[in-house]
Amino acid sequence: MADPEIKSYAPHHESQSPAVTESRTARTVLMAVTFAFLAIFLLLPLIIVFKEAFAKGIEAYTQALGEPDTRSAIRLTLLVAAISVPLNIVFGISAAWAIAKFEFKGKAFLTTLIDLPFSVSPVISGLVYVLLFGAQGLLGAWLKAHGIVILFAVPGIVLATIFVTFPFVARELIPLMQEQGNGDEEAALSLGANGWQAFWYVTLPNVKWGLLYGVLLCNARAMGEFGAVSVVSGHIRGLTNTMPLHVEILYNEYNAAAAFAVASLLAGLALVTLVLKTLLEMRYGAEIAATRGH
Amino acid sequence: MEVRVANVRKEFERFPALRDVSLDIKSGELIALLGPSGSGKTTLLRLIAGLERPTRGKIFFGEEDASQKSIQERNVGFVFQHYALFRHMTVADNIGFGLKVRHGPSRPSAKEIRRRASELLNLVQLSGLEKRYPAQLSGGQRQRVALARAMAIEPAVLLLDEPFGALDAQVRRELRRWLRDIHDATGHTTVFVTHDQEEALELADRVVVMSQGRIEQVGTADEIYDTPNSPFVYGFIGESSSIPVKVEDGQVWIADRPIGLSAPHAPQGEATLFFRPHDVDLVEECNGCIAGTVAASRRVAGTRRVELEIGGERQRVEIELPVDHPAAQKSRVAFRPRRWKLFPAA
Repeated sequence: MADPEIKSYAPHHESQSPAVTESRTARTVLMAVTFAFLAIFLLLPLIIVFKEAFAKGIEAYTQALGEPDTRSAIRLTLLVAAISVPLNIVFGISAAWAIAKFEFKGKAFLTTLIDLPFSVSPVISGLVYVLLFGAQGLLGAWLKAHGIVILFAVPGIVLATIFVTFPFVARELIPLMQEQGNGDEEAALSLGANGWQAFWYVTLPNVKWGLLYGVLLCNARAMGEFGAVSVVSGHIRGLTNTMPLHVEILYNEYNAAAAFAVASLLAGLALVTLVLKTLLEMRYGAEIAATRGH
Repeated sequence: MEVRVANVRKEFERFPALRDVSLDIKSGELIALLGPSGSGKTTLLRLIAGLERPTRGKIFFGEEDASQKSIQERNVGFVFQHYALFRHMTVADNIGFGLKVRHGPSRPSAKEIRRRASELLNLVQLSGLEKRYPAQLSGGQRQRVALARAMAIEPAVLLLDEPFGALDAQVRRELRRWLRDIHDATGHTTVFVTHDQEEALELADRVVVMSQGRIEQVGTADEIYDTPNSPFVYGFIGESSSIPVKVEDGQVWIADRPIGLSAPHAPQGEATLFFRPHDVDLVEECNGCIAGTVAASRRVAGTRRVELEIGGERQRVEIELPVDHPAAQKSRVAFRPRRWKLFPAA
């Protein structure tokens, strides 16, 4: 019978041909420039954030974080992320499914639309909500008559955050689902699975790493968004201040230590995201290589 | 299970992929849908499966109209061209999937599912590979896992889309024999799609030749090869040569010469003569024959193919000669087809 040949797809490290290898000096210069650039613009600020945060000692640091307004900002940020990330997961999966698996008119338009939040300045997305829901806005009078508060309150912040973060999950999944096609789902249906079972047992496992990656980026942005949220929040201390807004307020009050303490939390989140992303890429890359056999 | 396709038409965005196709598939039969790409063979298979709905016409499973039933309700085993194995599941989980997604009392216990998977793996000669993942299997092994998975749900009909299309020639031949054995052992009504005539003629009880959304001919390998009923089938199955001719007074003419073939029942006028290159008699005295000058000659395995230019219009036809036949050295060869068929010119 067929011999069980199993190909390995490990990349082999060949020495580069001499023709495309730069001289030793050129290599050193290029690498030095890259590292210096990264150190000055990325690493140094990050170190300074932590250095400033702990400038007055651990006690001052914990005290700054224990302050009621700060704790309320942390809670609000977590709440906003907890609402907007799941919603964007649902939206991202449906949009990716629709675009990758169906043919319909306006598909190209929908794809472009999903990218809109990336191409528009966050401040403008915030302003759009002000124009829509503000007192003088399009829906302002109606909302007021019905006692619904959106602007300068939590709903507005959540809406603005959803707006700026919705491309992350969808954009991660669309190419993945397009590449995988309908074959696996058709196979599941032919074996008697219903639509939900096909999604749960077949589609979702096939995209899980891409999905996780998208969620991670979406979450990082949801917690770190400044511009759009700043416009709709109203900066009410202890009520509508998210962590990034709170950092700004503290800093403007010359309370550098507290500002950097809160900033260090955000920076910590960024670092955790980066580490997870790297781990995922390692894992995800192996999976893609494994499924690309034959 | 008997399957009857009745006057089915299928359009994709108003483009007809199938035009009025009817086909009776007998219970327990192994039948091949054969045709070039774009002939509609895969569309027909997907219609039988329920992966597509017909634009017009009906499909019966036994006496029952299955046209409006979903693929789940039809209980078909479908083997996809690229296998569509679930890459994140082990071989055993792949095979057990169809049983695991059942509801209520028809769903076997986890232990029973495992037992069935092992049994089927045994049937497809892959015992011991339960815990492997699809990425760790060769192409031929994946194909067999896909078949085991389709058979696990005890399907009414087994449908295979280009089952050996992605495999190399050696493995194809082995799997062909193996599929025939499995079919004989299990007795499933089986329909498979292929563009490889050798595969279709060798493996199937009956072959359905398709072209441009229509069925051209249905028959056993012998019927299809020996008595093709259309110029398309003549040209598509096996090798054939053709020359434009004229029918007059019950005789076949090329230009102004009769070629010694009588066709008393053929309609008068322009026609095309078809014959197999190896099915010819060489003649010495050309008293009613086809004669031509040798334009090219090439060696094909145990025989020699000679291309002849015929008549004033230098029509080219190919005939086959034994390698050591003296005629192959001559510049002029005369022959008469032993078995032939006339089709009115289009």
